[in-house]
Amino acid sequence: MASGIKDKVAIIGMGCSRFGERWDCGAEHLMLEAFDECLADAGIEKVQIEAAWLGLCYQEQSLGKSSISLSQSLRLPNVPVTRVENLCATGTEALRGAAYAVASGACDIALAMGVEKLKDTGFGGLPSRTMGTFEDLWFPGVSAPGSFAQLASAYAHKHNIPMDQLRDAMAHVSWKSHENGALNPKAHLKNRITKEKVLNAPMISYPLGLFDCCGVSDGAACAIVTTPEMAKKLGRAANLVSIKALQLAVSNGAEMFYDEWDGSHAMTAELASKRAYSEAGINDPKRQLDMVEVHDCFSITELVTMEDLGLSASGQACQDITAGVYDRDGALPCNVDGGLKCFGHPLGATGLRMVYEIYQQLHGRAGERQLDDPTLGLTHNLGGFPNRNVCSISIIGLHE
Amino acid sequence: MGAYVPRRRLLRSAIATAHAWAKPGLKGLGKGSRAICSHDEDVITMAVAAARACLGGGDNRSPDRLLLASTSLPFADRQNATVVGEALNLPEDLQTADISGSQRAATSALLLGLQHGGAECMVVGAEKCLTRAGSVEEFTVGDAAAALTTGEDQQLARFIGSHSISRDMVDHYRTAQSDHNYALEERWIRDCGLMQIIPETVAALLSKLDMSPEQIDRLLIAGVDGRPAAQIAARCSIDKMAVHEGLKVPIGHAGSADALLLLVDALQAAEPGQNILLVGFGQGCDALLFQTTEIVHRARESHGVTAAIAAGVEDTNYLRYLSFAGLVDIDWGMRAERDNRTSQAAFYRGRRAITGFVGGLCRDCGVAQFPKTAFCVNPNCGKQDTQDDEVFANKAGQVKSFTEDWLALSLNPPLMYGSVRFDRQSTIMMEFTDFDPGELSIGSKLQMVFRIKDFDPLRGYHRYFWKAAPAAE
Repeated sequence: MASGIKDKVAIIGMGCSRFGERWDCGAEHLMLEAFDECLADAGIEKVQIEAAWLGLCYQEQSLGKSSISLSQSLRLPNVPVTRVENLCATGTEALRGAAYAVASGACDIALAMGVEKLKDTGFGGLPSRTMGTFEDLWFPGVSAPGSFAQLASAYAHKHNIPMDQLRDAMAHVSWKSHENGALNPKAHLKNRITKEKVLNAPMISYPLGLFDCCGVSDGAACAIVTTPEMAKKLGRAANLVSIKALQLAVSNGAEMFYDEWDGSHAMTAELASKRAYSEAGINDPKRQLDMVEVHDCFSITELVTMEDLGLSASGQACQDITAGVYDRDGALPCNVDGGLKCFGHPLGATGLRMVYEIYQQLHGRAGERQLDDPTLGLTHNLGGFPNRNVCSISIIGLHE
Repeated sequence: MGAYVPRRRLLRSAIATAHAWAKPGLKGLGKGSRAICSHDEDVITMAVAAARACLGGGDNRSPDRLLLASTSLPFADRQNATVVGEALNLPEDLQTADISGSQRAATSALLLGLQHGGAECMVVGAEKCLTRAGSVEEFTVGDAAAALTTGEDQQLARFIGSHSISRDMVDHYRTAQSDHNYALEERWIRDCGLMQIIPETVAALLSKLDMSPEQIDRLLIAGVDGRPAAQIAARCSIDKMAVHEGLKVPIGHAGSADALLLLVDALQAAEPGQNILLVGFGQGCDALLFQTTEIVHRARESHGVTAAIAAGVEDTNYLRYLSFAGLVDIDWGMRAERDNRTSQAAFYRGRRAITGFVGGLCRDCGVAQFPKTAFCVNPNCGKQDTQDDEVFANKAGQVKSFTEDWLALSLNPPLMYGSVRFDRQSTIMMEFTDFDPGELSIGSKLQMVFRIKDFDPLRGYHRYFWKAAPAAE
């Protein structure tokens, strides 16, 4: 078993654009907005970047294929740039590429950039996409809410929880995100809402109503990573943030085609978080983690993820959520930046945006939503649908 | 033999009400209901359903000829019968043909089947009747299908003989470029067509067979019922009590398929030794005489017309029907703009999976899976190249998870889909059909049905796959 990358990679700079309906600019400018902040934060020159990874999911209507768009937008000095895509986990994939490059010694300083320009596509919700020439012939023309809605029916069925009770806990998730988003100047949605409004909203895919679904946004986020040794050389030893774990679990079709998985959670999230805890040396995540940023594409996703990450006991997430355990002032704050629901969900940027929030919190720069002295946080991305997906987990903390 | 009638029955009173502003006179036609295809049904899907009812009737026949009769075939040049044969997973050494061009298509196909030298032939008739909004025809027709197998073994009825007349009387027509029929004057058709040509053909047949009209126990006249049918019987000197009452009231006349529906229905009600005379009319006439055998009672075991009619649900939404029939152009939004090009090479490679719904069964661990792949999906097995063909089309399923999705594209929203659980630890994400919102629940029992999956308006194409429908009661 490999030893992993714990504390082998430091994050010395991060940036994040304002998320939202950015009719004012294109993806190139979103990247620049994040990059300017990131570079200033890192205190290095652009020419010191030796390699870059670009995360972009829906390339068709924004920047096109390949990595050239990043190199061209930032006028990088012809360094190696790789474009990655792994559905909603795309941003974390860009970070994984950059972190692995640094950890391997292939380069000293690398950039991970994630961006998405979804609003220009004209779609409400995500654009429809092909599943491949053969799968299109048989796979239903599903949507994301419809696919995640099935989590809710399966979860309620498995734990014998009345749908009203489950919907109440789901409404708490959305209410909490709006409470947090209201304190985040960069968030897409900054309005507060009531649980009643969530429960009475129009139905999108039963039992998910409008406020159970995150919107889609434009935005970019990025990170500059290096080795802890180089960070110290650059004068960044104080409050140094490093990567404790970066893990990815990808479905192989067992959930979709083999009748063992019960449909009530994401199998990959369980696997990826276990591997990440092992890599980071965490044995009691509920106690050791100070904050989590999870993939609340839908309220039910956040709910079941709390169990998949081992933070709530099986069947107990509803109670924990409504008891306020994951509120900003709760025992383990979840999505204090507003999450996908309110910060927004530009797919390629989302994973890096989550890391950005933890990074800001660790540096004590989170403004009104600052937590008390956090030292360790976790990010979770789920790309695809519960029955077939990619799940990435990162654990970020102060360097030991 | 078997029959299929789409589940939705549009009440004719709903059609009449919709047209009352312009054509109050149509109110008199507003009795009974018309069977209508759902958004995902056409002649091919109905033919598959009827053929499956036919094959499922206790005798697992394997015909070596398959004929599909219809005047509303979805493809003018791509053999529709071949698609039906592949959906039935019939062996490839099969002679197939589409028979079309006249309301006599089904009787013509049946004659070709009967003249097949004793080898088994499946004859399927199906019609999806396209009518203009506000026409009389809109009230009188209905969508349905029926299938029969001809051959020497296990005969329910013996073919005694036939007579045909070919005569170009244009009682209605539809050119190759047109979507709808142009109908001529009803009284002229009755007096100079039906009342002349049918009795002439019947008389010639009876004379040929040296039989008398009194020997006819049942008279089936496709597309004709009520008073005109009684008048024709009288002109033929056949007792009016022998005339089949027709299917106009419950489902409408199913165009060329009407002949096979009447024959299936009559055989299910027949006693041994009865003479059944079947008549198809259109640019002439086909008259076929059958005599039921000692085992005709077995016909009652099949899923026939009565059972198919009983499975219907009333529908009063005329606007939805217009949308299903393509008579109004609903704005389905940007999701309908997606390029749905079919990779025919991918389809050709995978067509047994797509059309036949054939997956795999692992020889090593016994787990069934769809689609069939190189590695077994069972995480505890995972062996390579251990799968034999496993047909999912005839499997029963149950709802494992479901959703009603108002965001995803469906021409009959909401799009309903979810995981379907099958035997041998298999599960598949499938679209549900023939459910109304609120009807799905975990554990609901399901049967598989062959339906239209996607449309490609840009290229005038559509493709088929299997969906999960409520299990037959």
